[in-house]
Amino acid sequence: MFSNKYIFIYSSVMVVVVAIALAIAAIQLKPFQENNKRVEKMQNILSSVNIESTVKNAEELYKKYITETYVVNNKGEKIENVKAFDIDLYYELKKKPEERQLPVYISKMDNGDTAFVVALRGKGLWGPIWGYIAFKTDMNTVIGSMFDHKGETPGLGAEIDGKAFQSQFQNKVIFDESGKFTSIQTVKGGAKDGDMHGVDAISGGTITSKGLEKMLFDCLTDYQGFLTKNKKQ
Amino acid sequence: MSDNISVKKRESLFSAQNLKLLKGPFNDNNPITVQVLGICSALAVTVQMKPAIVMALSVMIVTAFSNLIISIMRNGIPPSIRIIVQLVVIAALVIIVDQLLKAFVYDVSKKLSVFVGLIITNCILMGRLEAFAMANKPWQSFLDGIGNGLGYGLILVVVSFFRELLGYGKILGMQVIPDSFYQAGYVNNGMMILPPMALITVGTIIWIQRSKNRDLIEK
Repeated sequence: MFSNKYIFIYSSVMVVVVAIALAIAAIQLKPFQENNKRVEKMQNILSSVNIESTVKNAEELYKKYITETYVVNNKGEKIENVKAFDIDLYYELKKKPEERQLPVYISKMDNGDTAFVVALRGKGLWGPIWGYIAFKTDMNTVIGSMFDHKGETPGLGAEIDGKAFQSQFQNKVIFDESGKFTSIQTVKGGAKDGDMHGVDAISGGTITSKGLEKMLFDCLTDYQGFLTKNKKQ
Repeated sequence: MSDNISVKKRESLFSAQNLKLLKGPFNDNNPITVQVLGICSALAVTVQMKPAIVMALSVMIVTAFSNLIISIMRNGIPPSIRIIVQLVVIAALVIIVDQLLKAFVYDVSKKLSVFVGLIITNCILMGRLEAFAMANKPWQSFLDGIGNGLGYGLILVVVSFFRELLGYGKILGMQVIPDSFYQAGYVNNGMMILPPMALITVGTIIWIQRSKNRDLIEK
């Protein structure tokens, strides 16, 4: 009862109508979606210097606390004319190490200290993990950290986004006494008391923990030029 | 619209017949516990109540409007490509819902991640379109969609209530189990957060429902 011609016209018209509707929806909603991502990034950066923010006040707090941002290469030299906030590490990590553009955020905290926040990105068990870690002016002692993930196992690897895990990083150091870069390890079975370079790994989240350890090592290696150059004794 | 008005003339919009379409899915014809459809997402998004409620609303909107649209189009859809037409309608609606969630409830959309997109493959949708919307008037189809969406949502909310309560000690993100319990040795049940316990919770609901409503037990 339906001719082939009818079926062809019917399906063509349907597809065009749907395509137009979806295109309009996508374009109209894009500004909102982009803004959500921007606010989330601000919240993440603030969280690494231990400042709690909500979606509403993130922008305001970011302006207040993040006083300066710049971009460095892996030798620690500043790169001009690039906005740190717009850098996506996903693309940077695909480049050769010497070509990478690495963002640095500088925060003036309430107690007068200055924090240097660097960005991290790596692989977990199921997908990407990322985060920010903040250092004191000695470029060695951790002030705070923030980690998030795309889809680690709930209750196990996903715990890296929890306060319990992240707060362990505070006051750890990434260089040993002789100045050698050691990064921070996630220790299976729990870090020993007084271990300045280790935190407890997550039970049942070994691959995520190891991925996080590798992320810290790899990304901080990229930043090593910057860290050693700007170190204040 | 003309269809709606003609329905109105013959019977009221919320006649007993039409209300049955809304209420049926809550009990005798529940999509999850009786028809056992849409189990996959029910297990995945019920760890906390907020995402479960948003997921339930998203599914309800998609079932209601895909039913409505397909029902309006039903006489013009060539039978040989009807499944494709149904899928295009569902997919378009799901993508729009997904985009809206990303724009306005970003934190929840992150938790739901792929499961909003997977509404497209939710059997409840195709099932209702094939079984109901292709053969019924738009208003009835719309009600059927709302009813099935609510029936699905009801189970999601019940399951997520128990999982969030026992798994995190919280309801809708608010701590309800007092600190004194934890000091006395109470521990959150980490198992509740994992999918197997969702399956067991759904199983328990099915068990309770069937022990109350003996008609549902297969002979």
